[in-house]
Amino acid sequence: MNKNLTSISKQALWQNNPALVQLLGLCPLLAVSASVVNALGLALATTMVLIFSNLIVSLIRHQVTDAIRLPVFVLIIASFVTCAELLMQAYAYSLYLSIGIFIPLIVTNCAILGRAVTFAVKNSPLISAFDGLMMGLGFSSILILLGALRELFGTGKLFANMDILLPMASNWEITILPNYSGFLFALLPPGAFLFMGMLLALKNFIDKQLADSITKHQNAQQMASRFAKDMS
Amino acid sequence: MSELIIILISAILVNNFVLVQFLGLCPFMGSSNKIETAIGMSAATTFVLTLASMVSYLVYQYLLVPLDITWLRTIAFIVVIAALVNFTEILMLKTSPLLHKVLGIFLPLITTNCAVLGVALLNINAGNSFVESAFYGFGAALGFSLVLVLFAALREKLNLADVPAPFQGPSIAMITAALMSLAFMGFTGLV
Repeated sequence: MNKNLTSISKQALWQNNPALVQLLGLCPLLAVSASVVNALGLALATTMVLIFSNLIVSLIRHQVTDAIRLPVFVLIIASFVTCAELLMQAYAYSLYLSIGIFIPLIVTNCAILGRAVTFAVKNSPLISAFDGLMMGLGFSSILILLGALRELFGTGKLFANMDILLPMASNWEITILPNYSGFLFALLPPGAFLFMGMLLALKNFIDKQLADSITKHQNAQQMASRFAKDMS
Repeated sequence: MSELIIILISAILVNNFVLVQFLGLCPFMGSSNKIETAIGMSAATTFVLTLASMVSYLVYQYLLVPLDITWLRTIAFIVVIAALVNFTEILMLKTSPLLHKVLGIFLPLITTNCAVLGVALLNINAGNSFVESAFYGFGAALGFSLVLVLFAALREKLNLADVPAPFQGPSIAMITAALMSLAFMGFTGLV
């Protein structure tokens, strides 16, 4: 049971990360990552929708037949997206305006429908909700990382305008690079593609290093055991 | 008339849906490995996108606004798009089985193409009229097709290139898209 939860987390956060490996939900990922505050707002909304849609899909999985599965799931997701949209309009209106149409477009984030179809229909509600949380975190971490990188390279600051999401965060802005004249490229669309490409390359590089170190470790163990055999 | 042409040019080049507005990236990355696939996807998307932007305009103006339930627009539009995709598939199967054979596999994917829902929402936000909505949808689809086919051509060449190991696969595709996007930024201020 515990092992199951650990493997779900590992899958969602690294090996099968929705943003880095499955390349799902690229549109919001690239469009809303020009600053940390936008990224965080969308990350919260997407994670919330993922948890609740996975939970509900899993609860009704025995009642829904295969023929009407997809439309029903899309409607469930669309309902939760509408909830998120209305909540954001009520409590963080300027953030809602700054993210724009990418809040309603959470509906077409394939990562959410993908989890409903591949995971939630086969698993019990609590595990599905946990999977939703972890997948949401996996997506969010990349979204926020990309937002932080682009904000840092673009403006030399981090956490600017955080108060449109959290009212108490009005003085969170940190100037990392003083007297930085700004690098508009990072904030414009081409920058988003370039930074995402770099992140994907970094993931490949780290995976390669990990695999190499594991084979090295195995080789060393084999050598040691052979050596021990020879000695005896 | 000149206004409609400006809408078209603006949607195809200046505010290109894929490279500048980040809509429809999933099919852009997913179906650009071969030119034939890219052309099939473009044709199917163009048809559905134009139709969807017209129908969603009608649904919004004559159903949601009179009943005062405009906050339900996300749900209403996704239902309209799914129904249209289904309808297109049946229509194609009955009238032209050959076309269905070529484009059929792309149709279900269009439901989750965010460009289709995005155009419907952008039309409402911009307050476009029926004709303007249709032209905006058509322009968006042409812009999507143009970039998708160009990108597929680039990727076919890219398969032959010697790319450093960590950058192979989606990573180099992203960086190629960054360069294309940079080129499309040059159209800024054209209209």
